[in-house]
Amino acid sequence: MATENIIEIRGLNSFYNSRQVLFDISFAIPKHHVTVIMGVSGCGKTTLFRHLTGLKKTDAEQIMVDGQNLGRFSETMLMQYRRRIGVLFQSGALFNSLSLVENIAMPLKVHTKLADETIRIMAVMKLNMVGLAEFSDYMPSQLSGGMKKRAGLARALIMDPEMLFVDEPSSGLDPITAAGLDRLILKLREAYGMTVLVVTHELESAFKIADRIVVMDKGRVMAAGYPEEIRNAKDPRVRQFLSREADASKTDAESYYECLLGGTRR
Amino acid sequence: MVNPIQSLGAYALRQVFSAGRLGLFFIYTIRGIILPPGKFWPTVKQIQFIGTKSFVVIGFTAAFTGMVLALQGYHTLTKFGSEGWLGSAVGLSLVRELGPVLTALMVTGRAGSAIAAEIGIMRIEEQIDALECMAIDPFSYLITPRLIASVISLPLLTSFFNVVGILGGYLIGVGLLGVNEGAFWDGLTSSVDWSDLSMGLVKSACFSVIIVWVCTYKGFYAGVDEGSFGPVQVGRATTDAVVISSIAVLISDYVITSIML
Repeated sequence: MATENIIEIRGLNSFYNSRQVLFDISFAIPKHHVTVIMGVSGCGKTTLFRHLTGLKKTDAEQIMVDGQNLGRFSETMLMQYRRRIGVLFQSGALFNSLSLVENIAMPLKVHTKLADETIRIMAVMKLNMVGLAEFSDYMPSQLSGGMKKRAGLARALIMDPEMLFVDEPSSGLDPITAAGLDRLILKLREAYGMTVLVVTHELESAFKIADRIVVMDKGRVMAAGYPEEIRNAKDPRVRQFLSREADASKTDAESYYECLLGGTRR
Repeated sequence: MVNPIQSLGAYALRQVFSAGRLGLFFIYTIRGIILPPGKFWPTVKQIQFIGTKSFVVIGFTAAFTGMVLALQGYHTLTKFGSEGWLGSAVGLSLVRELGPVLTALMVTGRAGSAIAAEIGIMRIEEQIDALECMAIDPFSYLITPRLIASVISLPLLTSFFNVVGILGGYLIGVGLLGVNEGAFWDGLTSSVDWSDLSMGLVKSACFSVIIVWVCTYKGFYAGVDEGSFGPVQVGRATTDAVVISSIAVLISDYVITSIML
């Protein structure tokens, strides 16, 4: 059974001013599956995330969404694309002046003509899904980081998007809540056939939920494929990442002494 | 040898880029008037923040400004035996210059800094990115209500400033220094006419646009050019917003005065 790809990335290069951060990234995101992008901090996964959500400008032909060129999207097309996706940012990105339920309800208020009562019910239902129903009228400043993140997920799901983009879902969460979020992501794939893209550096979480894994390092794709393929990869850098080994650079006393005294003279 | 020229060129390019971005920012804000979400309640909320909550500050500033004007005006006018013109002096100074300018500066310090900080924090917490990803125009949601609220609030606050200032001047001039009450009011009403009032109102309308434009722009792009998003960038954005707004208000005050006088 061939899986259709909803997003194809072909030779994506990305720059911040003159500094290149992504080098020839190419892989596909299949529909109705969970794709996980893994890598150490600074490997470029957040930049890739920003390209996929349209926050960073992409050159033509480098990202294709449903066969259409993301880099050439007009403003209207970009708006339409964004109505099909839900995005969860690392800190939740809730609006501080609105209560939780008002935060979740905002996309509905702006994009639909539903009655206020209906909107509130839908928002509370989504809060229920992430276990925050009794905090509906709390303000974001009264919540913990983990709760803000779960509320952010509820807001990302309120319009029942086709695709869900999640930036570091487990960061700042305790293991139990993180596991709960993993289960929720799997449930979304099963119940709604949602396409999910997760950017993370948590290995356990990644292998639990992923149908496809992409491992990145220093702006390049090191490996891409099914979880078992990645687990059994021969590439030493992939193996190093999986076994969580720090960089074993050997230094001698002389050069370390120089480094302490003279700054970065190595 | 090439490096100073290169840096100068790069600097010039950055300034042109910023000027263009500032211009586009204003156009998007105006366009936000016709885009969703609805503007009424957010604008009312901002009128309360920018306008209503500034009453006490403006009241105090106006009262003491009027009182000092009367004091200084009296001591200068007695040299020419013209204390009777005190009402005229106080009224014209307030209505033409001090009312619009001081109101604008106080509102910049109070509301402008708060707006820059609030929007700057939204930028560093990715809330503006979140708005864009929800297909909500951030200009329409954040900036346009503040612009409309400011254009409504500032002329009203300026008028309030003028009234309280004149009363302060009356208190000191007539009440303390013994200027003839009839001469005070007669001088005031005969000297201050519609051209002076309209100058003041045109100034405060222009200042209102400048304050919101600069403060929201600084907050909106806090950290964006450097690529790092933290409290330092918000602090810098807030400071820059207040300083640049204030200077822009004073410069435009000169320009408008020279055109309308």
